[in-house]
Amino acid sequence: MKDFDYCAPDNLQAATALLAEHGDRARVLAGGTDIIVQLREGLRSADCVVDIKNIPELMVLDYSSSQGLTLGASTSCHRVYTHAELPTAYAALVDASKIVGGWQIQTRASVGGNLCNSSPAADTIPALIVHQASCQIHGPDGSRDVPVADFCTGPGQNILQSGELLVTLQLPAPAANSSSAYERFIPRNEMDIAVAGAASWIQLDSSGETIEDARIALAAVAPTPVLATEAAESLRGKPANEESFAAAGELAKNVASPIDDMRGTTEYRVHLSSVLTRRTLARALARIQQGQG
Amino acid sequence: MGTKQLVSTTINGEPSQFLCEARQSLLEVLRNETGLTGCKEGCNNGNCGACTVMLDGQPVNSCLVLGLEVDGKEIQTVEGIAQENELHAVQQCFLEGAALQCGICTPGFIVAAKALLDENPLASEEEIRFQLAGNLCRCTGYDKIIRAVMEAGKQMAETTTS
Amino acid sequence: MSQETKQASSNGKYRVLGTRPVRHDGADKVTGKAIYTADVKAASMANGFVLRSPHAHARIKSIDTSAAEALDGVLAVMTAEDLPDVTDKIADLGEGSVNLAHLSNNVLAQDKVLYRGHAVAAVAAVNVHIAEEAANLIKVEYETLPSVTWVLDAMKDDAPLLHENLYTSSGGEKADTASNVGVHLNFQQGDLQKGFEEADAVVEREFKMATVHQGYIEPHAVVVDWNHDGRIKVWASTQGSFTCRQQTAEVLQVPLSHVTVVPCEIGGGFGGKIAIYLEPLAAVLSRKSGRPVQIVMRRNDVFEATGPTPGAFVRVKLGATKDGKLTAGEAWLAYESGAYPGGMLGPGCMCVFSCYDIPNALVDGYEVCLNKPHIKAYRAPGATQAAFATESVMDELAEKLGIDILEFQQKNAAKEGTRRVDGPVYPKVGLVECLDAAATSDHWNSTLEGPHRGRGIASGFWFGCGLKSSVVASVNSDGTINLTEGSTDIGGTRTSIAMQMAEVLGLDAQDINPRVVDTDNIGYTDVTGGSRTTFATGMAAYEAGLDLQRQMTERAAELWDCNSEDIQIESGNFVSSSQTATFKELATELFKAGEPLVGRATVAPDCSTNGFGTHIVDVEVDMDTGKVKILRYTVIQDAGKAIHPSYVEGQLQGGAVQGIGWALNEEYFFDDDGEMRNASFLDYRMPTAYDLPMIDTIIVEAENPDHPYGVRGVGETPIIPPPAAIANAICHATGVRMEELPMSPPRLWKAIQQNQDGN
Repeated sequence: MKDFDYCAPDNLQAATALLAEHGDRARVLAGGTDIIVQLREGLRSADCVVDIKNIPELMVLDYSSSQGLTLGASTSCHRVYTHAELPTAYAALVDASKIVGGWQIQTRASVGGNLCNSSPAADTIPALIVHQASCQIHGPDGSRDVPVADFCTGPGQNILQSGELLVTLQLPAPAANSSSAYERFIPRNEMDIAVAGAASWIQLDSSGETIEDARIALAAVAPTPVLATEAAESLRGKPANEESFAAAGELAKNVASPIDDMRGTTEYRVHLSSVLTRRTLARALARIQQGQG
Repeated sequence: MGTKQLVSTTINGEPSQFLCEARQSLLEVLRNETGLTGCKEGCNNGNCGACTVMLDGQPVNSCLVLGLEVDGKEIQTVEGIAQENELHAVQQCFLEGAALQCGICTPGFIVAAKALLDENPLASEEEIRFQLAGNLCRCTGYDKIIRAVMEAGKQMAETTTS
Repeated sequence: MSQETKQASSNGKYRVLGTRPVRHDGADKVTGKAIYTADVKAASMANGFVLRSPHAHARIKSIDTSAAEALDGVLAVMTAEDLPDVTDKIADLGEGSVNLAHLSNNVLAQDKVLYRGHAVAAVAAVNVHIAEEAANLIKVEYETLPSVTWVLDAMKDDAPLLHENLYTSSGGEKADTASNVGVHLNFQQGDLQKGFEEADAVVEREFKMATVHQGYIEPHAVVVDWNHDGRIKVWASTQGSFTCRQQTAEVLQVPLSHVTVVPCEIGGGFGGKIAIYLEPLAAVLSRKSGRPVQIVMRRNDVFEATGPTPGAFVRVKLGATKDGKLTAGEAWLAYESGAYPGGMLGPGCMCVFSCYDIPNALVDGYEVCLNKPHIKAYRAPGATQAAFATESVMDELAEKLGIDILEFQQKNAAKEGTRRVDGPVYPKVGLVECLDAAATSDHWNSTLEGPHRGRGIASGFWFGCGLKSSVVASVNSDGTINLTEGSTDIGGTRTSIAMQMAEVLGLDAQDINPRVVDTDNIGYTDVTGGSRTTFATGMAAYEAGLDLQRQMTERAAELWDCNSEDIQIESGNFVSSSQTATFKELATELFKAGEPLVGRATVAPDCSTNGFGTHIVDVEVDMDTGKVKILRYTVIQDAGKAIHPSYVEGQLQGGAVQGIGWALNEEYFFDDDGEMRNASFLDYRMPTAYDLPMIDTIIVEAENPDHPYGVRGVGETPIIPPPAAIANAICHATGVRMEELPMSPPRLWKAIQQNQDGN
C-alpha cells in the first residue's frame, strides 16, 4: 500500500480545514471497511487520511420518539442495530445495518460511511431514503442540509464538494401506524454485495386496512440508489394486501436500469426488484400488524 | 510519509507500545511489531475473519484497522483468551469437539465466539451461525465449530449461574 | 485441563482406535501459538513481492527492472534470467513425471505469459510495502495475444495456441500438428453398441462446469534462506516437504542434499499446495540479497496464480433394461489443464463409471490447455466433474424407468470382482454397505414435505493411494514415545497416526508424542494428499510399533532368561510363562539395562484403498429467486476403520461443504479479455456458517484387507457426490434438470423460467 499521512482531528473545524487543504488528495476515515480496502487495492488514493472518529458530533446517536434520530456520520452499524428502540422506529435502517458485511465489519462500518462510499449497491441508502433522512454537511463555507435521496450522483460519486464533511444524518420521528423493511438478494446468506435491494415504508390509515402513504427505494439496479416513486404513489389508498404489493412490485421494475455483471444479469435484477419490493412491503405490513410500528 | 509514529495501547491487559507507519494495518502491526502472530491474514480485505481481534470490547477485522487508530485503546487477541495456564471454555470445547482441522481460522473463531458468548451464552444455533458468518472455514464445514460454541455457551451459562 | 475421551463405535475390539482423544497439537492451535509459514521470523528477514502479468496471453518483449532496483529499501530483484535453463528436462517427482521447463516457467514466465497472474518478476525489500512499490516500478513490455478460457473453444482448430511444441499424446503416439490438446485418453470394455441395443431406456446429457478453487484460508507462503555455505533452508506451507524439496532443487538445479524443507503448520491444502510457486523466487532473492526472504501470496494471487481445479465439459450416456440393470455407458470428457499440460483427466476418466458395474462402456477424454492458471488437484481431482454428469444421468434414468434411484444404484453397485472401465478389478469394497446404510438411514426414511422441496442422492468413488512413508519411534525412559514422521498435518493426522501406534503397543494416545519434522530428520515421505496419510503413515507407525515389540521381546528374553519365542504379546503386554510387563514397565527396565530403544518403519503400499460414499440432501428452492436452501444433508462413507471418528467426520463434513459451494455458487468469472473478475472472497463465494445446516455423517466400516486395522482413505471422496446430489434434489423440487455448475441463483431462476414457459 502506498503510504500516506494520518491525522485524527478532534473538532470539526480542524477536520474541514484539512479536507479543504488537501482537496481530492484527502480521504475521510470512519470505519475504514471500504476506504482501507480501496487504498490497499489502488482503487482510491490519498496523501492524507483524516480519521474523524475523535470528533464528538460524528459519533452521536440521539433518538427520541418526538425528535427522531440524529446519527453521527461515524456511528457504527452495530450501535444502530443494538439500540433498544431503533429496530421499531426505523426497521428498514436496522435491517440494513445488520447485514453490511459480517459482525466484524458492522462494529466499525458506519451508516454515514456507507452513504459517502456511494455504491449503488449500498444497503443502508435505500433505507435512509424511505425514512426521509437528510444529511448535515459541514464545509469551509459553512453548513448545508441535503436529503439523502439527492446525495448520490453516480457509482462512487456524491454531492460532497472539496473540503466538505458529512457530520450527521437526521431521520424524522416515526409516524404512527407505519413501519418499514429492507431486504436484499444475495447468492449466499451473508457477506455478499447486494445483487438487488429494496427498502419499503408504508403507513396505514386508522382502520389498518388501507395504505395511506408509501415510499420505496431500490439498491443495485441503477447507477445510484433510486426511488420507485410511481410504485409507491400507486399504493396510496389501496388495500394493504398481497395484490397491491405485487402491483407495486411490477411498477418498481420501471425505475430499474441495472447493468449486467458477474453478480447478476439485467433481466434477473429487474425481476428481483419486483420480488424484493413485494416482500419488503409485506414485511413492513406484518410489522405494523404485530405492533412493531 | 514513511515516518513511524508511536502508538500506546493495551494488549491482552498489558500496556504495549509500538512504532508504525500510517499504512500498516493493525493486523500487520500485531504480527510484526508485537510478535502476536495468532491473528492471521487470509484475505486482507475483510471477507474471511481470520484476523479477528477485540478492539475496545468489539470484534473487528484487524486488516481493516490502521495501527495508528488504536492509540489509547484496548486490544484482545487469541493469545489473551486463556487465563494463566487454563484454557477458556471456548478453547477447551473446540479441542474436545474436534472443531478444528488445519487450525488457521481457529484464532479468529475463538475470539469471535467468545465475544458472542460473553454477550449471549445461550445463543441459538441460528444466532451463532449468523454472528459467525464473517469467519470463513474451509476444512470443517462448520458443523463441529457450531456445536463447540454451543457447548461452551452452555458451560459458561452454568458457571455464571452457579 | 481435562483429557476426557469419548468412547465411539470401537465395538470393543480396540482400546484406542475409535476413541476421540484431544489432538496433540490442539493447545497450540487454540491459543495462537502454532507457527504457520507467515508467522516465521528469521533474523534480518526481507520480504518479497511478485509482479504478475495483467494479461491472459502475451509475449514478453522486455523487462526493465532498473527503477525497482534503485528504490530505497530494495535488496534484490529477479526475473526468469536468474533461473537456470531446464529445457528438455523431465523430473520424476514420485507421483509421476513433471516437465521441468513447464514447472520453472510457471514459477517465472520466460518469453510468454500464459494467464493473468503469471509471475514475471520478483523483488525483495526491507518490508513488503516497499517490495510492492518496487515491483510496480518494473516496466514490462507486453505484446498481447488473443486468449481462450473455455475448454471447448480451446479445442477448436483456430483457437489461440499456447504452446508451439505441444502435440496431443494419444495411446502412446503423438499428433503431428501442435494444438492445445495435451492428452487424449480412451478406455473401453465390452461392446458399446450391443449394450445400448439391449437397453430399454437411454438418457444422454451434456454438462458444463466452471473452474473452481480449493479455497484454503491460508495463502501460499515461504521463507527461504540461501545460506553462505550453499545450503538452502525452506520453510513452506506445503502438503509434501519432500516433493517441495525435490521441485525446488530441480528448478534451481542444485543438489537435492543442499535443500532442507521445514513444513510449517499448514492452513489447508486440499491438493493445491503440492506444486511449488514461491520457493525458487524466495531462494534466488535470498541468494542475491544475502538475507532470508519471506514471500506470502495475496489472496487475489492465490486465485489467479496457483492451481484451481479444471473447468470441464462432460457428456454421459447411460442405458439400462426395464428392470434396472445398466447395460451400457458412454462418456466424453474435455477437461481444462490450464496453461500447461498435465492435469486431472486421467482420474476423471477412471472415476466416471467407477461406482457401477457397466459391462459395455467407452470413455473418451481430452485434456486441453488454455489461458488459465495450471490446474492442480482439488480433493479427488477430476472425479467431482465426472460424477456430476454420471449421477445426474443415473437419477434421470431411474425416473425414466420408474425405479427408485437408491434401488437403481444398489442394483448396479460396484462390488468385489467388478471390473472398472480402465481395467482394475475391485477387491472387497464398501459401496453396497454405504447404499444399504442410506436405505436404512433416518434421513432417507423421513418425509420431506412442503412446496418446492426435493431430495437427491448421489454416490462417489476415489482411489485413495498408498505411496511412501517413514517413521521413527524413540522410546523415552518413562516408556512414552517420540514418534517422528514426515506427513504434514492438515487435519489431525498426527493424532490418528499416533493412535495406531498406541493401539499396537497397548499405550494411550497421550503416551505418543507425534512430531512432524523436516526433510533432514525423517526418511522419505510422500505428500499429505491422496487420502493416504492415516492409511500409509499410520501403517508405518503400526509397523514401527511391531519393530519396537520385536526389539523389546529379544531384550526381554535376555532380561527374563528365556527364549524370544516364549514371550507373547497380549494387548501390547509382554507375557512369558512366568513374567508379564506392560510396554512402559518393560521400556523403563530396558532403559536402565542397556542401549536406547529406537524403532523404525518404512512403507510403500502399492494399492488403492477404494473409498466409496453416498450423500443424501434435501433442498428447498425459492422459485422467485432461484436460491437453494440446504435443509438437511447426510454423508455416508466407508472408512474401512475410523481411527479417530471425529476427524473422519470432519473430513466428511468439510469435503461435503466444499462440494456444496461448488454446486451452488463457486466459479471463476472470466471477462472477454480472459481476466478473472472475482479473485477475492467477496465474489468467489464459499459457504459461510450461515449458509448451512449441520452435516450428519454415517461412517460405514467395510474393512480394507490391505491395512492392519482396515483403514481406507477418507479425505477426498466427500467432495464428489454433492453437486450431483443437489442437482438431483433440485430436479425433484422443481422439475428442472440443471446441466451447468454452479447452479447459482440467476442460472437456476432462468432455468425455472424456461421450464415454466415451456409448459
